[in-house]
Amino acid sequence: MMIGRRAWLAAMGVGQPEDTSTTGAADPLQRPDWVDGRRRVVSEYQNDPLVVGVERRLRCTCPCGLDIFTCRTTDFTCTYSPALHDEVVALVREGKTADEIIAAFVAKHGESILLAPKATGFGVLGYALPGAAILTVGGLLAWVLVRRAKLRAQAPVQVENPATPRAAPVLSDRERDQVERALRDLEA
Amino acid sequence: MNLLGEFALWTALLVAGWSAILAFATRGPARDRAAASVRQAPHAIALCLWVAAVSFWKALFSHDFSVEYVYSYSSRNLPDYFLFAAFWAGQKGSLLFWALVLATFASIAQLVTSRRYHDLLPAVAGVTSVVTGFFVLVMLVGGANPFERLPFVPPDGRGLNPQLQNPGMVIHPPMLYLGYIGMTIPFAFAVAALMARRLDSGWIHAIRRWSLVSWLFLSVGITIGMWWAYVELGWGGYWAWDPVENASLLPWLTLTAFLHSVMVQEKRGMLKRWNLSLVIGSFLLAIFGTFLTRSGVIASVHSFTQSNVGYFFLGFLLVAGVLCYTLLYTRWPSLEPEATLDSLASREAAFLFNNLVLLGIAFSVLWGTLFPILSEAVRGTKISVGPPFFNRVNVPLGLLLLLLTGIGPLIAWRRASAANLSRQFTGPVVAGLVVALGLLLAGLRDGYALAALAIAGFVTGTVAQEFIRGVRARGRLYQEPALVALGRLIARNRRRYGGYLVHLAIVVYFVAFAGGAFKVAKEATLRVGEAIEIDSPFGHRYRLTHLGVSQYQSLNRRVSAATLEVRQDGVRVGTIKSEKRQHVDSFGQPTFQPSTEVGIRSNLREDLYVVFAGTVDGTERGSFAVTVHPLVWWVWAGGVLLVVGGLVTMWPGGPEMAPRARPAPTRVEPEGVAV
Repeated sequence: MMIGRRAWLAAMGVGQPEDTSTTGAADPLQRPDWVDGRRRVVSEYQNDPLVVGVERRLRCTCPCGLDIFTCRTTDFTCTYSPALHDEVVALVREGKTADEIIAAFVAKHGESILLAPKATGFGVLGYALPGAAILTVGGLLAWVLVRRAKLRAQAPVQVENPATPRAAPVLSDRERDQVERALRDLEA
Repeated sequence: MNLLGEFALWTALLVAGWSAILAFATRGPARDRAAASVRQAPHAIALCLWVAAVSFWKALFSHDFSVEYVYSYSSRNLPDYFLFAAFWAGQKGSLLFWALVLATFASIAQLVTSRRYHDLLPAVAGVTSVVTGFFVLVMLVGGANPFERLPFVPPDGRGLNPQLQNPGMVIHPPMLYLGYIGMTIPFAFAVAALMARRLDSGWIHAIRRWSLVSWLFLSVGITIGMWWAYVELGWGGYWAWDPVENASLLPWLTLTAFLHSVMVQEKRGMLKRWNLSLVIGSFLLAIFGTFLTRSGVIASVHSFTQSNVGYFFLGFLLVAGVLCYTLLYTRWPSLEPEATLDSLASREAAFLFNNLVLLGIAFSVLWGTLFPILSEAVRGTKISVGPPFFNRVNVPLGLLLLLLTGIGPLIAWRRASAANLSRQFTGPVVAGLVVALGLLLAGLRDGYALAALAIAGFVTGTVAQEFIRGVRARGRLYQEPALVALGRLIARNRRRYGGYLVHLAIVVYFVAFAGGAFKVAKEATLRVGEAIEIDSPFGHRYRLTHLGVSQYQSLNRRVSAATLEVRQDGVRVGTIKSEKRQHVDSFGQPTFQPSTEVGIRSNLREDLYVVFAGTVDGTERGSFAVTVHPLVWWVWAGGVLLVVGGLVTMWPGGPEMAPRARPAPTRVEPEGVAV
């Protein structure tokens, strides 16, 4: 009888580890120097939505350009983000709200600690200009087109001159649709 | 070989300079002979740069650590494929790679361009020679000589940054460079057409495939870059709005705008000035991206070491910008549109608004990227502009763009009647509404995600409708079975249906991006046997049990691998492994800080993403960051679909969209909008 690789491994006890959830083993590593062995035990605050939410709005002061949460869960060599995390946690323990914590960070580290400029003062320009530019250009474009359509509607109807070549007949909407459909079928 | 390589670079510079002089400074009877000579120059430059490149690869593969670059970016125990890729890992090598690819493209352009456009080729050769020559000049006099020697020969190199030791490193940078560099050819044709005053739509045909190639490489490069960031950097995301990422997006956006607006020029002879502006602008943005990456003016995790080459690029950018737009200005009167926009409800108008949104996004990305510098200059205060800013500004624009992706291809040229609009859009609008309603009933309340998915439903409806109608029409006309009809439909209308596939890929991207709104993350420190639980946004629960840490030596690194058993709602689904790596040189000495390899279990719905942060007190007790990231698989699927669509669109042999002869106006029309 054929036996599959997984079944064989399972029979040998490989890949189906016994439930050790109650053992809590913490055996020393063979080569502790090969790995960053100085990690701190994850505290409840590291998963706290308030802490994480605040950290996602603040920039790590190392050159990574990431937010504090991302940096401390990504760049394990960074010494700044754990310290900033501790600052956030300390303020949370003091009972401060998210906005108060952010304000405290801005007061201490300056506005560059924010991941996005405040929507006040000069910062308004940052948010408003792209949208304003698009709306202005789009509005101008639409205005010109509408104006042009009106001008066309007011334009004098050309008097047919027998000496000039005959103008092409203007198609009704229905006829235009029929032509388009026929062309589409032809293209297909 | 190093001397030969350096000699080849100097020769390439001389030939490029000579070619530029002949192309732009020759007048009178000598011009024809000069033109013949100039057209040969790209081949000579390409040959020189290939000699330099082969010499450079030889230095890398032979571990010639007397060459400063080889010492800085490789080591004796670096695998061969990474030795190959180390070519573009650093500033100097990547500059050589730029010049090499550009010279090769320039040479190919001279060989494959249709005879109809041969009169443009000397100027094209002149422009490409100037750009190639500039890159070689930066290498040779800008302090970026890839063959620079050390005063001694170290026994081993410093090795390649661990984050660059990933298959993505072999593919992503070349793809991105091919995209950036490919833009030089359309740019060269545009400048040549302006100089020669051949301002009909001919030059558009000469560059169509080059534009598509460039766009496709850039798309692939960006997508693989996202994949690389996702699997290698370990932050559980693929796009961080980093300045260098933004720099790659800018020319992609303008080139995408060009690929749409060029159809209006081909079909109706409109938007000539706009198209020239876009081609020139795309090239300048590619150079701007190079400037950002290499100048160190803006902090980025992706940028090369700060160096003086940034000043060269800034100077080149300014000079090229002023010259090209001045040239365009002098030809302005010759670029009158041959037709005017008839209606807001027309394909031309849809493409125009599509261009407006694309350029709007490009502007907002550029604005956000440069805003910190501006703020510092105006207020003296340095500020940061990160994902919250870009998402707030660009997500609505992106959704508008997605909507136009569905509208543009279906609306009639010139003027859409009410009947046309009803016939084309009733089905897709219903599809979008059904999706929105279904999601609302399923409990989705995130406004942007809901809008993205509903619009995705609408656009998918438009694409599906086009395919179904096409297949039915062929079935009626030729009595073909559906699959045969579908195959022939695509084969006979590659550009159109390839374009639809690309649009579908964009839809897939947006669906995947919408998934990002529901990412969940958790951290835990686990002893062996302990578990962490995390809830998926799809309703099930993962339980990850720490099985232990194994340590072993592999190639050029020491690995500590943590394995976790994964159960989904109590059912064992497998294991997941994340590693800490300490790279070492051939003497066993650590070369870089320890790096992390993430563990990923991916399926169509979501990715389970585990990062092994390290251990506590030198025991197997490990710290982990676990993320459930919905719909990530679809980002990569979108990339594949985009490539397929792009290849279908540009595959040779399909019917070209030739400019149509337009009859003289038959009725009195007021002055149109000159666009």
